[in-house]
Amino acid sequence: MSKTEERYELNKNLAQMLKGGVIMDVTTPEQAKIAESAGACAVMALERIPADIRAAGGVSRMSDPKMIRGIQEAVSIPVMAKCRIGHFAEAQVLEAIEIDYIDESEVLSPADDVYHINKRDFKVPFVCGAKDLGEALRRINEGASMIRTKGEPGTGDVVQAVRHMRKMNSEIAKLTSMRKDELFEAAKQLQVPYDLVEYVHDNGKLPVVNFAAGGVATPADAALMMQLGAEGVFVGSGIFKSGDPAKRAAAIVKAVTNFTDAKLIAELSTDLGEAMVGINEQEIALLMAERGK
Amino acid sequence: MTVAVLALQGAFIEHEKILSRLGADVIELRQAEDVKKSYDRLVLPGGESTVQGKLLKELDMYDTLYEQISGGMPVLATCAGMILLASEIEGSDGHHFGTIPMCVRRNAYGRQLGSFHTDAEVSGIGMVPMTFIRAPYVAHTGDGVEVTAQVDGKIVGVRYKNQLAFSFHPELDDDTRIHEAFLKL
Repeated sequence: MSKTEERYELNKNLAQMLKGGVIMDVTTPEQAKIAESAGACAVMALERIPADIRAAGGVSRMSDPKMIRGIQEAVSIPVMAKCRIGHFAEAQVLEAIEIDYIDESEVLSPADDVYHINKRDFKVPFVCGAKDLGEALRRINEGASMIRTKGEPGTGDVVQAVRHMRKMNSEIAKLTSMRKDELFEAAKQLQVPYDLVEYVHDNGKLPVVNFAAGGVATPADAALMMQLGAEGVFVGSGIFKSGDPAKRAAAIVKAVTNFTDAKLIAELSTDLGEAMVGINEQEIALLMAERGK
Repeated sequence: MTVAVLALQGAFIEHEKILSRLGADVIELRQAEDVKKSYDRLVLPGGESTVQGKLLKELDMYDTLYEQISGGMPVLATCAGMILLASEIEGSDGHHFGTIPMCVRRNAYGRQLGSFHTDAEVSGIGMVPMTFIRAPYVAHTGDGVEVTAQVDGKIVGVRYKNQLAFSFHPELDDDTRIHEAFLKL
């Protein structure tokens, strides 16, 4: 195995260690500590959580490295950070400060409306959003070592994450049931290389870990996504936009571990305080999931 | 033979696949009623030790598992699992099970850029592939702890009574000899 291939394997391996866990958006070292002690398996360091990015409008960019470093020093779990789609210079900066995972994210304003980052050029791993199988495999082909749904961030509305997860599952099921000689045409339709299509056909899953992201606000939301096949959950605005972040965070962590135990989830959902207010999909002007395809 | 795999968080499915392939019956431990089931062996997988340690306590699984391990049940612990077994964790006042007298250093190789793959000797088994992901190593061991693997002079494998602990992830490579040795304990 070449050094590059070995690094890619190690990066996919880190995502495997995050499985069954909850990755939480945090904006300060204090929030990072709350997230860690509530049981987050990693934190996403960003200046503003998606709900506030949405409210503030304007161009949103990579966070100040000083703020990210502060969070790296505050916790022992992996720290992720976002760069803009296509902004490989921001990604280089994040690699330079030894971030554990980069999220090339539609939550920030895209820097390139055609090209995504060539993630194969980096040693540090990338997670990317995908609405369907084609998008997921295109990102993987560019070097992403983890995929997440592209549920509409900052809305507290889980409908899009559900839609993406179901779409991905049904497309994977369809590929799995195809004859091998039909895969060439499938690769053409999906606009992805044949070997990735063949992998999905043979294994019935993506070649990397797949998390749910976008609009998860309650323990039941997290359980829903896990039952739909997510291998873990990102929670963005849902925690620190709620009435009692520490309690809600801990409840979501337990719901992900025991996602089929409705009795436990009933208990976990009790007295959580106010959930984030949320905006329905139809009420929003800017669909972030449409950024980068 | 039934092997229970702690399935709170992390790479537990990878262990389950290997164990099933080797002919063991596998059950998952996710909550209090699971740990009361009948099983002969225990696997503590990789993942985040802070998450696993917290959930063990909050889901009322800790006491029963602690009794099983200190009562001599064979255990295979990898990465985060090794941290769960250590009696001392550098930079921290507490420990989790603490059933192996040793001190571990968490994230001892740094962040993800420090993760690496190598081949090295495990005593009694031979050369095995080793994948280290934000791995710990053992800073020092107490009485009765046998060092089973070292990489660059750092302790990455130990055995104490029936407990096998490694800082790398045998569940991520194709070589199944460590799992085979565990099933023979």
